[in-house]
Amino acid sequence: MHIQQVPPKKQLSRRGFIGRGTTATLSVAGLSVLSGGALAMASRKGAKEEPSTDAGLINTALSLEHEGIAAYQIAAESGVLNDAVLQVGILFQSHHKGHRDELIKAVRELGGTPVEAKAISEYAEALGADKLKSQADILQLAISLELGAANAYLGVIPSLSDHEFGHLFARLAADEAMHWTALKGAVGEALPKNALYFG
Amino acid sequence: MMLAILCAVLLVGAIAEDEQQNFESKVSPEIEGDAGRGESLYQRRCGACHSIDQNRIGPKHQNTFGSKAGAVEGFAYSKALKELDVVWNEVTLDEWLQNPSAMAPGTRMGFRLTDEQERADIIAYLRQVSEAAAAQVE
Repeated sequence: MHIQQVPPKKQLSRRGFIGRGTTATLSVAGLSVLSGGALAMASRKGAKEEPSTDAGLINTALSLEHEGIAAYQIAAESGVLNDAVLQVGILFQSHHKGHRDELIKAVRELGGTPVEAKAISEYAEALGADKLKSQADILQLAISLELGAANAYLGVIPSLSDHEFGHLFARLAADEAMHWTALKGAVGEALPKNALYFG
Repeated sequence: MMLAILCAVLLVGAIAEDEQQNFESKVSPEIEGDAGRGESLYQRRCGACHSIDQNRIGPKHQNTFGSKAGAVEGFAYSKALKELDVVWNEVTLDEWLQNPSAMAPGTRMGFRLTDEQERADIIAYLRQVSEAAAAQVE
């Protein structure tokens, strides 16, 4: 799946987008360090204790990532994003593709069958894409989905029998929180006043 | 010696009974939910996978309250949910949200909502949504 380039609209600069979310900038750098093969799951012990349960839960997460990839694709093809937002959307979609690949690997390790993505038209209908008329609409949807995804990953961790998968889910949640923070900065919304906002 | 054993047995029994009461209190919330807060929480806690009017990662929630588990048309449920003989109400939803895997081993939903007030608020919202949907049908 490739994102189509659309004509840029200079409503929001890339520098402004990232600059308002300094945490996100740092986190992107951290992500590139962390992704260097840290997910060596093959040799861990205990992975087979309750394979069917963990595989099912990981497959649900995979469904979530399929939807996230589709959401950014729909956004990119909408034609309403300026170039800066589009470029960040492409970056975030690439993160979700990385998540998808890790989750597929995990399901296969447990002897499961990774769930496949649906047609993009099904995601468009489920996400109410026909109601997305502006860049602001798309950013609000992305903010909502990224927040939900971060919370979903954190909320599933206690149900996983294998701590290595718990670690993976925590890393996925951190990526989603990074996306959410950058998107909140892009629309100029304040960050939460209270600690422990996610989860 | 016999007295000591008897005391130990009674103590263990008392602890077990106390734990049972604690469990029951967890699945019978006394806390009153606020549907307004629940709507906002629903987006934050459930919105990654669920919508009110669309089947997504999980089933839509338009008519959840008062309906049987695993009964949303057009959603491909796990075997665990199809076989779960439960009608969703305040008590069953509270138990479900605390630990879905404990209620229906093998379910694909592993999300746990640990905050009692948040569970009550979301359940109040789901009830409000379901009642509104039912009123529209009538």
